[in-house]
Amino acid sequence: MELFSFIVAKADYWAYVILMMVGLYALIAKNNLVKKIVGMTIFQTAIILFYVSIGYKKGATIPILHHGSDHGGEALAAHGAHAAAHGTQEVAEQAAHAVAHAGEAAVKAMDYINPLPHVLMLTAIVVGVATLGVALALAMKVYKEYGTLEEDEINQQLRNG
Amino acid sequence: MTSNLPALVIIVPLLASLVAAGAGWFNRKAPFYIAVIALLISFISSVLLLAQVVATGVAIEYQMAGWPAPVGIVYVIDHLSAMVLVVITFVAFVNLIGNRQAVETEFKNKEGAFNALYVLFTAGLVGMTATGDAFNLYVLLEIASLSGYALIGLGSSRAPLATLNYLFLGTIGATFYLLGVGYLYIATGSLNMADLATIIPSMMNSSTILFAFIICLTGLLVKMAIFPVHGWLPGAYSESSTVSAGLIAPLTTKVTIYIMVRICLTLFTPEYTFGYIDPTDIMVAIAVASIIFGSLSALAQKDFKRMLSYIIIAEVGYMVGGFFLGNRMGVSGAILHIVNDAAMTLALFMAAGIFIWKTGDEKQSSLKGLYAKMPFTMAGFTLAALSVVGVPPTCGFFSKWYLISGGIAAGQYLFVGALIFSSLINAVLFFRIFEIALFEPFKSHHHAGDEEDKVESHHGETIVDPGVIESAQQYSGSDSHDHGAIVIKEPPLPMLVPFLGVCVLLLILGLYSGSIVNNIIHFAIPAGII
Amino acid sequence: MSMETILSVKPLFAVLVSLVAIPGIVSSRSQNIREAWTFGAAAIKLLLVLSMLPLVLDGNVLTFTLVQVLPDIGITFKVDAFGLLFAIVASSLWIVTSIYSIGYMRSLNEHSQTRYFSFFAVAISATIGVAFSANLLTLYLFYEMLSLATFPLVTHHQDKEARSSGRKYLFYILGGSIGLVLPAMMITYHFTGTLDFAAQGVMAGHINSGLALLLTVMFLFGFAKVGIMPMHSWLPAAMVAPTPVSALLHAVAVVKVGAFSVVRVFTGIVGTTLLSDFGINGIVCVLASITIVVASLIALSQDELKRRLAFSTIGQLSYIVLGIALLTKSGMTGGMLHIAMHAFGKITLFFCAGAIFCATGIKYISKMKGIGRRMPITMTAFLIGSLSVVGFPPCGGFISKWYLVLGTVESGNIAFLFVLLGSSFLNAAYFFRFSTMLFSAAKRR
Repeated sequence: MELFSFIVAKADYWAYVILMMVGLYALIAKNNLVKKIVGMTIFQTAIILFYVSIGYKKGATIPILHHGSDHGGEALAAHGAHAAAHGTQEVAEQAAHAVAHAGEAAVKAMDYINPLPHVLMLTAIVVGVATLGVALALAMKVYKEYGTLEEDEINQQLRNG
Repeated sequence: MTSNLPALVIIVPLLASLVAAGAGWFNRKAPFYIAVIALLISFISSVLLLAQVVATGVAIEYQMAGWPAPVGIVYVIDHLSAMVLVVITFVAFVNLIGNRQAVETEFKNKEGAFNALYVLFTAGLVGMTATGDAFNLYVLLEIASLSGYALIGLGSSRAPLATLNYLFLGTIGATFYLLGVGYLYIATGSLNMADLATIIPSMMNSSTILFAFIICLTGLLVKMAIFPVHGWLPGAYSESSTVSAGLIAPLTTKVTIYIMVRICLTLFTPEYTFGYIDPTDIMVAIAVASIIFGSLSALAQKDFKRMLSYIIIAEVGYMVGGFFLGNRMGVSGAILHIVNDAAMTLALFMAAGIFIWKTGDEKQSSLKGLYAKMPFTMAGFTLAALSVVGVPPTCGFFSKWYLISGGIAAGQYLFVGALIFSSLINAVLFFRIFEIALFEPFKSHHHAGDEEDKVESHHGETIVDPGVIESAQQYSGSDSHDHGAIVIKEPPLPMLVPFLGVCVLLLILGLYSGSIVNNIIHFAIPAGII
Repeated sequence: MSMETILSVKPLFAVLVSLVAIPGIVSSRSQNIREAWTFGAAAIKLLLVLSMLPLVLDGNVLTFTLVQVLPDIGITFKVDAFGLLFAIVASSLWIVTSIYSIGYMRSLNEHSQTRYFSFFAVAISATIGVAFSANLLTLYLFYEMLSLATFPLVTHHQDKEARSSGRKYLFYILGGSIGLVLPAMMITYHFTGTLDFAAQGVMAGHINSGLALLLTVMFLFGFAKVGIMPMHSWLPAAMVAPTPVSALLHAVAVVKVGAFSVVRVFTGIVGTTLLSDFGINGIVCVLASITIVVASLIALSQDELKRRLAFSTIGQLSYIVLGIALLTKSGMTGGMLHIAMHAFGKITLFFCAGAIFCATGIKYISKMKGIGRRMPITMTAFLIGSLSVVGFPPCGGFISKWYLVLGTVESGNIAFLFVLLGSSFLNAAYFFRFSTMLFSAAKRR
């Protein structure tokens, strides 16, 4: 029962770990180059999901303020909010520090989800798409060269001549 | 102007890559000049930055778009990053102007794309070096990697497959790094390196931080092709075109090692890396395996560029091992070797370019008689090769000196042995080539007569031989010598001069390695490391 | 006599002068101009070296640091009496050899003479560099430079035999310097913190006996140019080189650089007190003695003249090592003197071998019967040279051998005395049996 609750409590982590392993397996063990590319994408997506999940808090809303506060304070608040949300004792001080900075704007960080990981992942998604594009382009060139995408058949051809 | 230098270093090549790609549609020559000018500006800015940092002794912190840390992204130019910036921009600049001929012939009708990718790759590396933000580093790492994949993929007919393998492993490495950064963020709530460095010492025992460290390091090790995750490197480097290899081979692994140094020292702090985790034994063991494996594999290669690729794997072992010795000598050696090895690899790959220009293929066996045919090129090549072997006063000797000293001080005699062993193997590797180029084709008779001697005694000058009048600087596709006497024909000057310049630089770097260490590297290493 | 350290660029110039001549040698449009460059450099070098003599004889030391390559080690030159003696020997013999080379190379119509003279110049620069080194790192630098510069000279003929000999040459010389000297030097540096040659050595008090023995042996074998067995077999192999190369490099520059380096390391780095305190010198003496006896015996059986001379050289080099390792005043004097005396003796013999080859094309002793008649002047010179190497008064070789014999007596170890005397008999045997044969055979015919 303890094990069960342990797994449930960190369900998002387990999900990403499983996805990552699926991707890694395909990347290493599959023979077909396109399948490998699929594996690579799954692998990258697993990390994106992991990031997205760490920004989320129960009962919080999207971080858009109704009343004015300066940019720096807002970002710091988010910073602190996130730290507080994942508040192991390790970071409590850090969080308090950050919240204190943003305090004057009277924003309760607990009410908002942390947007930073999501923003980071926008970039990571772009990177992932670009990688996928380059990989597919290369796979096409490989296909034109050898007439197949199966690695063992390509190696056979390389050995024969 | 000067206050914006840190931005110029990266923005100029970044924008130039856009412009070059567009200009390629209108003019076939423009992209090359745009790339050269952008790299030159970037190089000059880096030199100025290094001069400024050395003169003031204070790191320059540049806030992108005026956002202060830790919220905004800052670029930090300290002794270490300024030095690596100079290395990157220098290698990119010299390699491009030295290989102009190859660019024009190998990338016909792709000038725009090639030059754009070339500059973008450089911009990515420069950004990686200068950034003070752990996530920004990932983005720039991928920019450099993606343009690198494209550059390598433009090589021989086998290149796409080799590149795909590189892409798979490269993506695994980069994604691991990204995951590590995620864990760091969970534990600390920050992505700024300087900020992280203040937080981490207060939470040494956190398993999250430990996990982040291991994952980040693993990702970087995959990226730098250390044994046993080196598989992608020889194929990718030897199948790519020479000009791409000349850019990527000296820089990718070296910059990744710089990132490792940066992450371990600036981000995780030496107290954590060497004090708390203390990975010396295991990392040095991996490095030793890499050195020995790389050296022995290089012995088995018949292809010149492939042999160089395996030497790179061994050199990665030098630097990783040296760094994780954890003492000042070892870390100095690793950092000095980043500079020296970049210069040596550049020289050797430029030599490879000249050999291919001359002989038409990459086999070591086609280098026959080259000492007589192009004495200046071969003199430069000899110097570069001796530097890799580690003969004083070339620079290769001095970084090896620091590495071995560090190894002795740390009591890692296996590492010392591996370094010596690899030097000896390198001597065998290069003297094998010297022998082919000097002895073959074998002379049938000892006393070949006066005719040949006249050619010898006039090298560098115009050679007058019955029937053939050729200038040393004249360019034509392949050499034709059916007149018995050896005709000296060096590559065209725009190819030869940058190459010889780099070779002379190897000597200068060697003689002034004392100044480099005292004035730059000394300040790049935290005081905690003795 | 006041000991003074004088800052002077003369040592640097003395090293560089032959390097500076290389562009001239390479770009010369005729053979005569090229040779003029060689001569000019050789003359200036000798004058520069000699100009330091008065100061050094007054007991001064000249130093100059070119550049500080490591935190506390620079590429530094220091001229003391021993170094200057060696430099004078090398630079004066360079002039003689240059003349000889020109005659030899032109009469045989050799190929690639420009390359030959260029690398000759590099080699002599490196030799002077070794002579004037103030620390082990500088010495190592020039030692390696010499190894690499002599490679194209040894393999001058560029045929298969030259290639295999070149391989052997590099295997021993580079293998020794990278594989043994470099680590030994670095370990020394780690424990002592310096590599400067000091009067009493630098190891004492920093290094225990086991390590000191290990390092000494590493240095002794690592400086393979001194040819202590089993690191000697490059020397006979290197005899494929043109004879002037064999003469200057393998009787004077290369092998003597090996001997010089060993002497410098024993006295300046390991230190004589430490050698005797830990009893290391005994082991070195035994190694040298074995080499002396075995090399002399092998020399007896060689039919190719240059190979016989090569084995003779191996034996004679070990005299120097033995003399130093005896650690007595006479022994050390003898050893140091022997560097010079043997150089002059042996170069004469090589020149004669080259002259015979040029005039007749004969390399093998068994085919040389009657040559004494046809080439009386050459053979007289050969006789004088061999008398000196064997050690007959009033030749130079006698003086050094006298001191060596005195040294063995002073050390109280009679065994080494017998080694010296016994090997002298062998020397006499392998030279005089040959010489007498040359003349008597002719009479019989």
